[in-house]
Amino acid sequence: MAKLTLKTPMDSMAPMTIGTVTLSEIDLGPMTSISPYKGQGKALSAALKAAHGMAMPAANRATGRAEARAIWFGREQCILAGIDANTGLAVHAALTDQSDGWTVVQLQGAGAANVLARLTPLDLRPAIFKRGHTARTDLMHMASSITRTSDDTFMIMVFRSMAGTLLHDLQSAMEGVASRG
Amino acid sequence: MRLPCPICGERDIREFYYQGADVALNRPAPDAGEQAWQDYVFLRDNQPGEHRDLWQHESGCGAWIVVSRNTVTHLVSGAVLATDIKRTQA
Amino acid sequence: MRLRDKGTVDRNAPVSFTFDGVSYRGFQGDTVASALLANGIGLMARSFKYHRPRGVLTAGSEEPNALITVGRDGATDPNVRATVQEIYEGLEARSQNAWPSLGFDVMAVNDLAAPFLGAGFYYKTFMWPRAFWEKLYEPIIRRAAGLGALSGKAPTDKYERAFAHCDVLVIGAGPTGLMAALKAGRSGVDVILADEDSVMGGRLNAETFLIDGQAGSDWAATIVGKLAAMDNVRLMPRTTIAGAYDQGTFGALERVNHHTDIRDGKAPIETFWRIVAKQSILAAGALERPIAFQNNDRPGIMMAGAVRSYLNRWGVAPGKTVTVFANNDDAHRTALDMQAAGVHVAAVIDSRATAQAQGNYHLIKGAHVSGTSGRKGLESISVRTSTGIDTIETDCLAMSGGWNPTVHLTCHMNGRPKWREDIASFVPTDGSIPSMITAGACNGDFSTYACLRAGLEAAKKILSALGKTAADVALPEAEDAPYNLEPLWAVPGKGRAWLDYQNDVSVKDVTQAATENFRSVEHMKRYTTQGMATDQGKNSNVTALALLADATGRGIPETGTTTFRPPYSPIAMAAFGAGAEGKGFAPERKTTSHVATVDAGAPMMEAGLWYRPSYFPINGEKNWRQSCDREVGYVRNAVGVCDVSTLGKIDIQGPDAGVLLDLVYTNVFSTLKIGRVRYGLMLREDGYVMDDGTTARLSEHHFVTTTTTAAAGAVMRHLEFVTQVLRPDLDVRLMSVTEQWAQFAVAGPKARKVLNDLLDDPLDNEAWPFMACGDVTLSGVKGRLFRISFSGEHAYEIAVPARYGYSLFRLLTTKAKALGGGPYGMEALNVLRIEKGFITHGEIHGRVTAFDIGMERMVSAKKDCIGKTLSNRVGLLNEDREQLMGFKPVGAVKQLTGGAHLYNEGDEALTKFNRGYLTSVAFSPTFGHFLAQGFVRGGQARNGERMRMVDHVREIETIVEVCDPVFFDPKGDRTRG
Repeated sequence: MAKLTLKTPMDSMAPMTIGTVTLSEIDLGPMTSISPYKGQGKALSAALKAAHGMAMPAANRATGRAEARAIWFGREQCILAGIDANTGLAVHAALTDQSDGWTVVQLQGAGAANVLARLTPLDLRPAIFKRGHTARTDLMHMASSITRTSDDTFMIMVFRSMAGTLLHDLQSAMEGVASRG
Repeated sequence: MRLPCPICGERDIREFYYQGADVALNRPAPDAGEQAWQDYVFLRDNQPGEHRDLWQHESGCGAWIVVSRNTVTHLVSGAVLATDIKRTQA
Repeated sequence: MRLRDKGTVDRNAPVSFTFDGVSYRGFQGDTVASALLANGIGLMARSFKYHRPRGVLTAGSEEPNALITVGRDGATDPNVRATVQEIYEGLEARSQNAWPSLGFDVMAVNDLAAPFLGAGFYYKTFMWPRAFWEKLYEPIIRRAAGLGALSGKAPTDKYERAFAHCDVLVIGAGPTGLMAALKAGRSGVDVILADEDSVMGGRLNAETFLIDGQAGSDWAATIVGKLAAMDNVRLMPRTTIAGAYDQGTFGALERVNHHTDIRDGKAPIETFWRIVAKQSILAAGALERPIAFQNNDRPGIMMAGAVRSYLNRWGVAPGKTVTVFANNDDAHRTALDMQAAGVHVAAVIDSRATAQAQGNYHLIKGAHVSGTSGRKGLESISVRTSTGIDTIETDCLAMSGGWNPTVHLTCHMNGRPKWREDIASFVPTDGSIPSMITAGACNGDFSTYACLRAGLEAAKKILSALGKTAADVALPEAEDAPYNLEPLWAVPGKGRAWLDYQNDVSVKDVTQAATENFRSVEHMKRYTTQGMATDQGKNSNVTALALLADATGRGIPETGTTTFRPPYSPIAMAAFGAGAEGKGFAPERKTTSHVATVDAGAPMMEAGLWYRPSYFPINGEKNWRQSCDREVGYVRNAVGVCDVSTLGKIDIQGPDAGVLLDLVYTNVFSTLKIGRVRYGLMLREDGYVMDDGTTARLSEHHFVTTTTTAAAGAVMRHLEFVTQVLRPDLDVRLMSVTEQWAQFAVAGPKARKVLNDLLDDPLDNEAWPFMACGDVTLSGVKGRLFRISFSGEHAYEIAVPARYGYSLFRLLTTKAKALGGGPYGMEALNVLRIEKGFITHGEIHGRVTAFDIGMERMVSAKKDCIGKTLSNRVGLLNEDREQLMGFKPVGAVKQLTGGAHLYNEGDEALTKFNRGYLTSVAFSPTFGHFLAQGFVRGGQARNGERMRMVDHVREIETIVEVCDPVFFDPKGDRTRG
C-alpha cells in the first residue's frame, strides 16, 4: 500500500534573510484549538494546568514556552501548540485539530517590528505589545495571529492556503525596510 | 477610524465588519406579526447623531460588539460585547 | 545667481541634472527650483489656461507655478513641484503644458483671447449644440489646458504602505514643532515629528534669526540631533501629514527616494503612512500670500519670504536688482538680507503710509506696484504714488500681502477656521480635531520667540492630557518683532491681476462671479475655479475670499471659507493603493493539490480567493471543451478525482449543536443520525436563500457543516452572529476547519475501487450507504470519508490532514488513471451538476427563495428557523414567481447561453415581455446537446412548453423546451448503487 507523504505549508522553505531580518517557517507540532463550553472556563483552566502545566491564557496573551504554548486565539478560544491535547479536556471544551490549518513563520531580527508595520495596523511598540503578547489582526489582507516571542522575534500565523501570499507580502516589506539601511 | 473592542482594545476599522443597527439583537417571535418583522428586518430610523450598531471584530477576536457612536461628531463613546447585552436582557 | 558664503547647500557635492534636456549643475541640498534659479533660469512653466510664462512663486510645497515632470516611462511623475523636488545626479526634469517649447508656446495665443476666456467661459460658450461638447469642444480644451501627462505605462516604482503609532504626533518641525517635540521627547512619551521638508527647522533655515545667540538653522540642527538621539522620538523628514481622520488617525506621505536615483523595485519611492496618535500638535506654520496687481505673475515676481529662502538657505539671489512690495514689516527683512548679501535693492514699496524703513534702503511709502513688464521675465515695475507713476527697473520683485496660518488640517473633520482681524487672516478653531492642539504660526503667533514659547506650552498641555510629568525645557531667546500689517488684497486698476496662479483666476473673475450673483464662496469657487487646482488655493484663497466679501458688501467672517479637504498636498494614486497592486491585490488561496495541478498543465480559475483548475488538458486536445467532455466521461463511466478543499468546513460542537443547526437551516438536523450526512438550505432573515451545503454528524455533540466556496466567510460570520447576538444561551462552539483538511471528491462507478486500494479498511455498500460518513485510515493516517455526490454518480469525498493533501491527490489520480479515469476540473464539475440538476450560486444568487428553487418543502413546518417567517410572505409564495426549471434546445440553433432571456413564442424580445433567464448552461456530452438551468415565471406549470431564448449580447436566439431541471438519473439509482 502506498504511503502518504507530507508537505509543510511553505514546503520546507529555507530561511530567508533580507537586511537584518530573517524569515523562517516553523513547525509548532500538534495544534489544537480549545473553546470552553458554557461555564467551563475555570474548570478548563484547571484541567489545562493539571494536564499541561499551563493555564488558559488571558485575552491577547500567550503562555508556555517554545516546546508547548497556549496561545490566545480569539474570543473564548486558545490554541494549544507543541503537544497533543489531553483528551480529558474535551469534557470542558470543544477541541479541534488545527495542526494542518495554519502557516506558521517566525520573523526575527532588529527591524522585525518595522517589517510588520508595513503589513499590520496593530500597535507593535515594545511597551505596548510586549513579549508574550499576542493578537488576532490583519496582516495586509489576511486574517492573522501575531505573537511577540522575544524582543525582536515574532511568530506569525495565517491560513495554510495563504502561505504564498504571506511570503510575497513579507518579502516585499522586508525589502522595503532593508533598503532604508 | 478606530473602534474599541471590549476584548482586544482599540483597533483599526479595517479589522471590523459592519452589520447595522443593534435592532438585530432582538429577534421577534415567529408569531410576532408582520409589522414586528418588518421593523426588525427592514426599517431603520437612521437619524443623525447617536447610533448603536453591531460590528464584528472579524479579523480580530471574532466578537460581535455593539458600538455607540455619533454620526455627526464621529465620536465613538464605547463598545460592549453583544453577549453581555443579551445576558443583561435575560 | 549663486552667492558665495551663503546658504547651507553642500558646495563640496556638485550634482548634475537636466531640465528640458539641458544639463545644469547644482549642489547637494538644492531643489530643482533653487538650482535653476542659481543657473539664471527663471522661466520654468506655462500656466494652465492661458499658457503665460511662469517662474517660481514660492520655495515650498504650496508652489502653484513651477510644476515639472520628473523621470521617464513607467517611472514618470507629472506635476512635481520644482520647489520640492531635490536634485540628484542624473535627475531628468521637464517642463509641461508648453508646445513646442517652454520659451515659445503656441498655445499662448489663449492669452490674447483672454477677454473671452474669463469666469464661466466654458459654461456660457459650449452650451450648444450639445453633440459638439464631446466631439469638438472638450478634446480641444483638454489639449489646450492641462498640466502634466501620465506616461500611460504601468508604474515601475515601488510604493509602500506602513502604520505607525505614537503618543504625540508633532506636525511641522519649525521652531514651534521642534520645541514641542523636545519637551515631549524629554518627558518620555513616544513622539513622531513629521515635516514635509528634507531638512527640519522650517523658517529657521530660511531666515537670519538668532536663537540663544546661535544661527537659527544651526540651533534647529542641534535640536534635531538631540531628538534623533532619543529612542522614544521618531523623526520623519520629507513626510507630509496629508489628512486628519477619526480617532487620532492621520494619513501621511513620506517621499522616501524621490531625492535619490534608487529605483530597484525593492526600495520604496514613497511610503504612505497611517499614523495613530493619542494627541497631536499642529505646528504647520504659515504661508505668505501674494498681492493682486496687474501682471503680478511674471517670472521674477516671488513671495518675499521665498526670496529670503533662496538667499539664506540655498545661497541663491533670484535677481540682480531686487524690489520689495509689501503691506507689512516682515517683508522688509528681504531687503535687509539682500543688502547684507551684497545684492542691490532698488526700492521697498510699502502700501502703508505709516511704514518705517528698518535699514538703509529706498522706502516708497503709501504706494502700490500697479504694473510690470517683461514677457518671459520681469524687467521693470510701475509704482503708483500720490504724485504719479514711476518705473523702476528690477528683475526680482519680492511681494508680501502678509501671512496666512496653515489651518488646513484643522478643517479636515468639518472644522471651520475663525477670522482674526489683527492679522487679517484665519486661525484654527479650538477643538476642530479631537486631541489636537494648534501652536505657533499656524495659530497666528508669528515671531520666533512666540513660536518657541507656544511649542513648549502645547507640549505641556499634551503631556498633561496624557497624564505625564513634563520635563523642564528652557525657553530660548529669540526675536519677538511685532507683526505690523494693513490689509491690502488687490491694487486697484485695469488689467489682469492674478489670484490663483495655477488656475489662471484673476481679480476680475471673482468680481464678475459676484456680479453674476455667485455670491456664496462655494459657488464663486466653482464658477471661477479659484482654489481648485492642485495647490488647492494655498496662496490665493484668503485673498479671493476678501475680494468676494468686498464685492458682495459683506464682511469676511460672514462670507466664510471654502472647505479644505485632504490631502494637504497632492498624493499619487499609487501611494494610496500602495502594496495592493499585482499580487498584493488580494490573498491567493491555494489548495494542497495546486502544484500538482499546475504541473499537469491545468489552467487555473479564481473561485473567491481560491485558485481551482478549469480542466486538465492532455495531448492532442485542441480546446477546453474536448478536455471537459473527456473529464465528464471519467465520472460517468469510470472515476474522476477533484479537489473540493475550497468548500467551507465548520466544526460545530457542544450540547446545543443540533439546536443551532435547526435554527440556521430550514430543515431539521437535530434528528440526523450519527454517521450520516444531510443536505441543508440556509436562509437570510429576509426569507431569501443564503447558502446550501451538507452537514455531517460525527458524534452526538459534533457536526461538520460545509458551505459553498464563495460564501464560507459569510456563513461563518452568520453562525457567529446567531450564537453571539441571537442565541448566546446556546452551549455550542464553532471552528473553521476549512484549512485543516484537504478534501477530494472521488466520483464514478469505480470510485469505491480507487478508495479501497488506499483505505486500511475496505468499503462496502452496507456499511457505507449513500449519505454515510465516518472516520477512516489511510496507511495509518486518520481521515474522514463522506459518501456524498455532486455529480449524480456513486461518489465519495475523502478528507485528510492538509499536510497529506498533495500526496493523496497524486495517489488518487494515479489510481483513477489506471482505471480509465483521472482528475477533473471546474468545467466538468459544472457540466456534471447541471446534468444532475444541482444548483450553485449561479442559481441561489441572492434573489431567490426556497419556493423559487422548488425546495419549499425543505422549510420545516415543525420549527422556527432564520428566514422562515419572512419566507412565508404572500408575494414570495406566488405561483407566478420565477421558478427554477431545466431547459434544452429544440430550435434550429442548438446553442444555449448563460444570461440569455426567455420570452413566450410570438412575443417580441423586449424587456416588457421578459419571462425569465438562463443561469447555468453546459454542453452535455452525456446527452449530446446543451442543457440549461434558469428561472421562468410560473415555471413549474410550464413544464414541456416551448419558449424563445434570446441573448441580446451575443446575438444568439433559439427555441427551448422547459423541462425538469434534473436531466440525469432522476431516480438517483446511480448515486445509491
